[in-house]
Amino acid sequence: MEILPVLNYLAFFMVFAGIFAVMALGLNLQWGFTGLFNVGVAGFVAVGAYASAILTGPPEPERFGGFGLPILVGWLGAMLLSGVAAFVVAVAALRLREDYLAITTFGIAVVIQLVATNAQGLTGGPFGIQSIPRPFVEALGTGFVWNLAYLGLVALVLGLAWWALERLVASPWGRVLRAIREDELAAASLGKRAAAFRLQSFVIGCMLMGLAGALYAHFVGYIAPEDFLPILTFQIWAMLIVGGSGNNAGAVLGAFLVWAIWSVSGNLIREVLPAAEQARGAALQVVLIGVMIAAILVLRPRGILGERATVSRHAGKD
Amino acid sequence: MLVAQGLTKAFGGPPVVDGVSFTLARGTITGLIGPNGAGKTTLFNLIAASLAPDSGTLTLAGDRIEGLRPDQVFARGLARTFQIPRPFPAMTVLENVMLAPTGQRGERFWTNWLSPGAVAAEERRNRERAMHWLDFVGLSKLAAQPASVLSGGQRKLLELARVLVAEPRLILLDEPGAGVSPPLLEIIMGKIAELNARGITFLIIEHNMDLVMTLCRPVMVLAQGRLLLEGSPEEVKNDPRVVEAYLG
Repeated sequence: MEILPVLNYLAFFMVFAGIFAVMALGLNLQWGFTGLFNVGVAGFVAVGAYASAILTGPPEPERFGGFGLPILVGWLGAMLLSGVAAFVVAVAALRLREDYLAITTFGIAVVIQLVATNAQGLTGGPFGIQSIPRPFVEALGTGFVWNLAYLGLVALVLGLAWWALERLVASPWGRVLRAIREDELAAASLGKRAAAFRLQSFVIGCMLMGLAGALYAHFVGYIAPEDFLPILTFQIWAMLIVGGSGNNAGAVLGAFLVWAIWSVSGNLIREVLPAAEQARGAALQVVLIGVMIAAILVLRPRGILGERATVSRHAGKD
Repeated sequence: MLVAQGLTKAFGGPPVVDGVSFTLARGTITGLIGPNGAGKTTLFNLIAASLAPDSGTLTLAGDRIEGLRPDQVFARGLARTFQIPRPFPAMTVLENVMLAPTGQRGERFWTNWLSPGAVAAEERRNRERAMHWLDFVGLSKLAAQPASVLSGGQRKLLELARVLVAEPRLILLDEPGAGVSPPLLEIIMGKIAELNARGITFLIIEHNMDLVMTLCRPVMVLAQGRLLLEGSPEEVKNDPRVVEAYLG
């Protein structure tokens, strides 16, 4: 067996795991630290992916956009637009109790996916957007070296997101979020304006999801509505639950672990099952993730890495 | 300190709080007693803005406060504790207290990226103040423990420390003596008296008559949503209307 294809696959795997980790970090801020039940992850990922694709792609006569802007601008635009989308959703829905918020965000993600499928003049419809520019591709080609370079970019973004979130959750701001998660009425009686903090947490989390969507779009080079189905939301939730919500390290660990299980099981199904059974076999992957969530909830309900006892950076030190 | 005029609140049926008017003088400890269902806790919720009154006004140190949000009322120096204490169980005892001061710069998320040094300095001061008040209520040894380990009485003390760190002018205590062992009750009563001597005004809902008789001047009696009378503990104790209200 040659070593290069293996390494190449590994880089490919790590890029995806890193992108999922950014999404899981965003969800962890919302659910793990604030108790916001966002089941619309895929929708905000889609907003970011399409935003960056439209901003940076080459012009196309039949579609809006193709502004050909630098990729960095696309990524910032992805964050901005998913943030705006999150703000609109938050103003409308964030006062709902958690199970209703879940239903609402799920519905919004489905709506976003349907818009992506049907608004041909904006999103390219069912065929999506092709030829999304890949950074450094002129210099590095599309082989192993490029995969490695992109892995470096994803690692950089993941590192930045990690740093920014660790600063936030171990701060007085993060302390208020946790208080709201534990008892919103008590937090309000102690002078905290819960609605404002919930809004900030929701928007920041969704901006990370949008950024992750842009990372995905510029790695694969094309996006289509079927990339943003509810199964994506399910995967990110599985990552957070398995890794340990309320702990950023848990979110990242869960992303790599669940994505590894997903990839290995997918390859196994392709190898083992006859061609005619493969479509049905793919459902086994979902079953496997479901079983894994159930097992974790029974055996280790707080995830592999549970929440740390003290989070405020300044409270524990003498 | 606090003036209430015609406070009224109904939940669909007959009013639970019905045209209640009173004045809390600065530096007093006022007792609020009455049979179960008289509307005492609802009155608290109205004063602390957990509920909006249907009608009536509230004036705190000259400013109208009815219709404000709970956080705005708290920022003006009016704090409350709960009948059943509500600590944040997964947070440490110290963090429970450090949460409470208003206007912390570190509560604006961007300051934690842009000026972490200022936040860290603020947190050190905050930590000292929190430890001071935990010392005051006798919980400083438990500072690093999650609040979930505290007993019922300790939770009441934690709630007290939590509001004290924000330096309120007026504190509403909802049954500070309920479900508390006699020695701990002595401690809580001592703390209230000490804080009052330092200038904090109190309004206390309480069924424990020892506490009411020892601490509260005056005492207000609420029955079926109305203020029945207000007077010294002795007057209240000997008033036939009060006996009738309790016995139904």
